[in-house]
Amino acid sequence: MPRWGMTIDLDRCSGCQACVVACKQENNVPFATAEDLDAGRGIYWMQVLARVEGEWPHVRMETMPMPCLHCDDPPCTKVCPVDATHKDSEGLVQQSSARCIGTRYCAQNCPYTVRFFNWKKPEFPGAFANYRSPEVAIRPKGVMEKCTLCAHRVKDAQDRAHREGRRALRDGEVTPACAEVCPGRAITFGDLDDPGARVSELARSPRAFRFLEELGTAPKVFHLRETRHGDG
Amino acid sequence: MATADHAALVAPLTSTGRGQKLLVAALLCVLAWGAYGYVTQLRDGLQVTGLSRPVYWGMYIINLIFFIGVSYGGTLASAVLRLVGAEWRRPITRAAEATTVCALIVGGPQPLIDLGRLDRAGTILLHPSFSSPMLWDIVAISTYLVVSVAYFWLALIPDAAWLRDARVGGRLRRGLYTVLAAGFTGTDAQRRRLHVALGIVAVAVIPIAVSAHTVLSWVPGLSLVPMWHSALFGPYFVLGAVFSGLATIIVALAIVRRAYGLHDYLRPEHFAKLGLMLLALSTVWSYFTFAEHLTAFYGKIPDELVIAHERVYGRFAKLFLAMALACGVCPLLLGFRRIRTVAGTVAVSLLVLAGMWVERFLILVPSEVSPRLPHEAARYAPTWVEWSELCASLAAFTLLFIGMTKLFPIISRWEVDEAASAHPKGCEKR
Repeated sequence: MPRWGMTIDLDRCSGCQACVVACKQENNVPFATAEDLDAGRGIYWMQVLARVEGEWPHVRMETMPMPCLHCDDPPCTKVCPVDATHKDSEGLVQQSSARCIGTRYCAQNCPYTVRFFNWKKPEFPGAFANYRSPEVAIRPKGVMEKCTLCAHRVKDAQDRAHREGRRALRDGEVTPACAEVCPGRAITFGDLDDPGARVSELARSPRAFRFLEELGTAPKVFHLRETRHGDG
Repeated sequence: MATADHAALVAPLTSTGRGQKLLVAALLCVLAWGAYGYVTQLRDGLQVTGLSRPVYWGMYIINLIFFIGVSYGGTLASAVLRLVGAEWRRPITRAAEATTVCALIVGGPQPLIDLGRLDRAGTILLHPSFSSPMLWDIVAISTYLVVSVAYFWLALIPDAAWLRDARVGGRLRRGLYTVLAAGFTGTDAQRRRLHVALGIVAVAVIPIAVSAHTVLSWVPGLSLVPMWHSALFGPYFVLGAVFSGLATIIVALAIVRRAYGLHDYLRPEHFAKLGLMLLALSTVWSYFTFAEHLTAFYGKIPDELVIAHERVYGRFAKLFLAMALACGVCPLLLGFRRIRTVAGTVAVSLLVLAGMWVERFLILVPSEVSPRLPHEAARYAPTWVEWSELCASLAAFTLLFIGMTKLFPIISRWEVDEAASAHPKGCEKR
């Protein structure tokens, strides 16, 4: 059984936001109007956070692509009163939009704020409606949604492998939408339990770290960067 | 001294003044407005609120905590005082128990207003997940409601029997009193059994009430959110609940006293005593609040410090100051006998109630607007829909309470009489 994970190399990230766009497209993430954004209600399964350090003229900005980190010990799943979210057998933290009743408790307990609520009926205005993906169900108003690490692509690949009589997937056989479009090839996806997989090599790199590791959530999405003074 | 036939107690059950009719009509209008706001929310989704990412909870959860807090008056003033045998409690228990039942009926369903998918609320019963503190909370609050109703009813039995025998009201109402009286005729054996049952339920209702608000505090308290994740939350919520519950019954008692002319039963001494209890609880509240903030400021854990700083010095500073004045400073004035009058205790109680609502706001919101990872400026301002739901909830509480006063004598007649017969000089005898 694989244990899916991801590495994101911040030293390779230019902050171009191609991953954000590709993710929106791939997963039918609803359109956000200017008012939605102003109210803090945009939905981004993949987002690029920016951290600015220092005072002008010695300013340094770091961009951090931030999908759901698919914690191995996810704080979000245990607080759901109806089991609408769970960690599946391959380690992905999944959300059932058909079960969700919209208490938003999971979102409260996510220290990474990467869970999103549908404050209104999803909108795909104009031509956007023509480009919806048939692979991913659209979530109704009033439920949570989140990054699945493109679980539908994993499923597709596993079905294909099954038809070809293979038991396991080859390393690199699945690429989530964000990783596929990244011009800097900053994002790598794969099986963390496969020691030979590129993702586990990167996760073992001395440059690898996990956000808010002290909380014990054990994310399976690792970020990488050269250690700088004061990083802790 | 109350007259033996208790005419003043029966009058509200049989006649309704013009002012009261107008008040009920006004409250019904507020309720209808709240219903309109809620329909708007059902149609358009929670975008009609001021909520956002990461402020996922706001007004409705604040109201939940506030009303469950308000419900504590009955437990404290009735159950505790009954158990310690405080004679002066006799005329106030019924009203206190009534506020508990009304507040729970209004407060309990608040999360349903907050729910993204009301149509799926039944899922909680079909597929409950007991790892979620939210489910413990549902169990705790519904238990508390059932026991509070049972307690209210037990203490009502002799009075229901009295109303049944006095043939008060129309057929429907007499039927209700007959059912509620449960065949009580006032024999010694029945009285003994009633006292035993009341004793048992009064003991039971205290830990159940404490558990209800503790478990409610655990919904935020067991999360990872800075300043929510605190062992202080259970006791802090319970204390705050007792504090606001006491303020509620002071206000409720003053209103029924004036509206129904119950000056002979509810005397200034009662308000003075309740005022002193309010003063004592206020000092404990200040102690908790001080301990909470000292821990954050001295420990300087960055995630917590940001929030504590926002609350005390930052953009919530004005609200914090208002809360501290209303809940921590003003009640101290009750130390002066001249302030400890009916009007004085009611004024302080109203301030405490407003302050405690703000306290719940300040417990929830500052933690939400300061997430751990870099985030665009988050803010929270309730919209007209949310304010409407608050007003409608207050109106519903008042309506339920008025309904209680129209159906049942709001002073427990049999308890007052019991004291009068035990101490022939009068029911004020201690």
